[in-house]
Amino acid sequence: MKNNLVKEVLITSKAREYLTFKLEQEEYGIDILKVQEIRGYESPTRIAHAPQFIKGVINLRGTIVPIVDLRIRFNCSKVDYNEFTVVVILNLKARIVGAVVDSVSDVIELSEEKIQDAPDIESAIGVDCITGLGSVDARMLILLDIEKMMSDNQMGLTSADC
Amino acid sequence: MAEGHATPGGADFDLTQFYEIFFEEAGENLDEMERILLCLDLASADDEDLNAIFRCAHSIKGGAATFGFSDVAELTHHMESLLDKLRRHELAPVPSMVDVLLQSSDMSRTLLARHQSGAQGEAPSTAALVQGISELAAGTELSQVSPRLAVASSVAALPPVLSQQKHESTVPAPKDTDSARQLKVVIGPLERPEAADAIKELFRDIPGLGDIKDALSEAQGTRCFSVITSSTDADLIDLFAFHVAKEQITIFDVSVARTAEVSAVLEEGYGFFPEAPGAPATVLSAAPHPSAQQSTALHQTASHQPLLSKPTVAVVAATPPAESTTIRVAVSKVDQLINLVGELVITQAMLAQNSHDLDPAKSQQLLAGLADLDRNTRDLQESVMSIRMIPMSIVFSRFPRMLRDLAAKLGKKVELITMGETTELDKGLVEKITDPLTHLVRNSGDHGIEMPAERLAKGKPEHGTITLAASHQGGSIVIEVRDDGRGLSREKILRKARERGMELPDNLPDSDVWQLIFAPGFSTADVVTDVSGRGVGLDVVKRNIASLNGTVEVDSSEGYGMRVAVRLPLTLAIMDGMSVGIGDEVYILPLSSVIESFQVNQKEVSTVAQGAQLIKVRDEYMPVISMEKTFQVPRGPEAASSDIMVVIESDGGRVALLVDELLGQQQVVVKNLESNYRKIPNISGATILGDGKVALILDAGSLVRRANRS
Repeated sequence: MKNNLVKEVLITSKAREYLTFKLEQEEYGIDILKVQEIRGYESPTRIAHAPQFIKGVINLRGTIVPIVDLRIRFNCSKVDYNEFTVVVILNLKARIVGAVVDSVSDVIELSEEKIQDAPDIESAIGVDCITGLGSVDARMLILLDIEKMMSDNQMGLTSADC
Repeated sequence: MAEGHATPGGADFDLTQFYEIFFEEAGENLDEMERILLCLDLASADDEDLNAIFRCAHSIKGGAATFGFSDVAELTHHMESLLDKLRRHELAPVPSMVDVLLQSSDMSRTLLARHQSGAQGEAPSTAALVQGISELAAGTELSQVSPRLAVASSVAALPPVLSQQKHESTVPAPKDTDSARQLKVVIGPLERPEAADAIKELFRDIPGLGDIKDALSEAQGTRCFSVITSSTDADLIDLFAFHVAKEQITIFDVSVARTAEVSAVLEEGYGFFPEAPGAPATVLSAAPHPSAQQSTALHQTASHQPLLSKPTVAVVAATPPAESTTIRVAVSKVDQLINLVGELVITQAMLAQNSHDLDPAKSQQLLAGLADLDRNTRDLQESVMSIRMIPMSIVFSRFPRMLRDLAAKLGKKVELITMGETTELDKGLVEKITDPLTHLVRNSGDHGIEMPAERLAKGKPEHGTITLAASHQGGSIVIEVRDDGRGLSREKILRKARERGMELPDNLPDSDVWQLIFAPGFSTADVVTDVSGRGVGLDVVKRNIASLNGTVEVDSSEGYGMRVAVRLPLTLAIMDGMSVGIGDEVYILPLSSVIESFQVNQKEVSTVAQGAQLIKVRDEYMPVISMEKTFQVPRGPEAASSDIMVVIESDGGRVALLVDELLGQQQVVVKNLESNYRKIPNISGATILGDGKVALILDAGSLVRRANRS
């Protein structure tokens, strides 16, 4: 049902652009329209009692923005912060959030025939946050519904579970 | 917050500094009222609309009464009476009411404009309008009054103005030529209205003559200019005669007469000069014959302007654009500015740091430039910050005069005490909190404080006391209005509420009973005065404060007085903060809650059942909160443990916080954490430090509550 919806959107717009980034070996894609900017990692102000993957808050030109480390959220084994660590600032409907990733690779255009439904798999993130799997050359690209993922209760970004 | 001082109700006070705010507010209210009136569906008028119009009139009345513009207050009081009947459905709205209300709103504008320009000239009479409103309010349909009301009332004020005007248009005015006048020049009827453009060009070509602007032309074939000049009318006519015939030029002095004149000119034109226009064309230059020249003017205006049936249109067209010395800017723009300047400061600090290594001899110019940048950035930051922040004294200082007048009117004796005037508040909040506070203070004065005799009989001092107090409390700003008057009567409120058809149990808690006074239209006053008692005030108060995400708390004891506390979030408020270090992290404590700090030896801390820690400070045991534990601060093994105690107080409770070091005091801009994240326990907000890092602001209130609970 959801995937039909996605297809519908894709049919009308034919192809969409995705920002792709890497978490260890996995490659992910998010809707480029949700991306506000890409920054280097600066150490944020820690927040007590926050979930592990919320690194804290930073000052983004006067706005206080929470930083989510997607690598911790996605159970990556190696999480380190160096000069190549990148923060993708996402402009979602309700809020601005920064997402830490290993590296940003590319902006690619994907037409709908290159996207297939995600099979029902178990993962650290709900399967409904994955909108589909794209294939670029021989690689698999996991397309994320970043809006949905960030507003998920488990993310602890909302006050519901305060 | 201890530096409150008493201001007696009779203190002389210069209110003129607040006039501008009032005129702006009143203008907005009139605009709003007109807008709603114009789109009001008479057959099925929306209650919300009727309430909104009513509130507009009420606000203007309140302000006008405060500043002593009795004519405006009186007029709006009558409008309010009529509107009150409309919103209570005691009368059905009819078109003539809308007409009269629109005319009244125009008249209010005229009256306000007159006060704004220093109350020069004679005030137009409002008697006819007031009578019209009263007739409508009494339920009688207006016979012939409605469309002509404004004209009739304007004419009353006319004769001195008109004669002066005639004089000026013909004879070179002997008045001082330094003062610029605002004129309306009507050219026409012309075969080619473009010819007037040449006049405009010519006018602009002559340096020092003044300013000319296109104005709305009221009739076909004529052109209208708005001119500001210090030249005499005769000079102008001579000048314009280069391009058009003299008899085609009509000059009105709008700075003197404004609306009254135009309407009157129309009226007279019909009355006195019924013949065809054009005849006295040559008279002007040869024999100055005042009425003749005036007559051409009148004819031109009159013959091209069948507008008499709609006097409001003429009035609007003749009103010059209001000149304002302030501009209203969206808050978001100011916020953006503040954020950008914050970034600039950080960039500047970074540049300054990097320039330390430069060789002063080689990079002299660069270093000088950086020094300039440093100074300019600082100045810029200061000015930008000052745009928003206003001390509460600006709001409070409105009240002594208002209370004095109120007390005099009611025959009461009231003393006003203000506290915490230095508490700084965001401009946006100040603007929005002023009206609600005015209502609250007025309510206290009118309903709360008893008559002197009654007070003496109750064994109270003859003088009633109203206290206004502002303070920062637990992440909010609390503004209290207290009085030692008669307080709220539980029985009376319940009885009134039941009369209005509310179903209420007898054992309703006091706090719920007090909240009833905020219901729309609720009033326990027996008599409706022009001060208060209609029951509008408090629902507006509640609505305005709710729109600021604030709350209103009422506490009362019958016979002893009442306390209304307005609690506002301090989004964007500036706060004096004390920065404390815990491990490598920096937290900000609201300075107002800090009592003292001292170094402590771990032995002085006693424990209860190996859990809660207590410390004895000056013979008082108070709970100790280890910030390190509360905020899970990571710490290297070699680091020493915290040994500084900071005693904070909130809501009467005290706790000692254990921190590593005191870093200093600074003003911080409070940023909202919830807009992008969410509420964090024990944290009231965040701020940005000089180095661009975010620091969290501790919520003293919740820390104190937490310590006392555990």
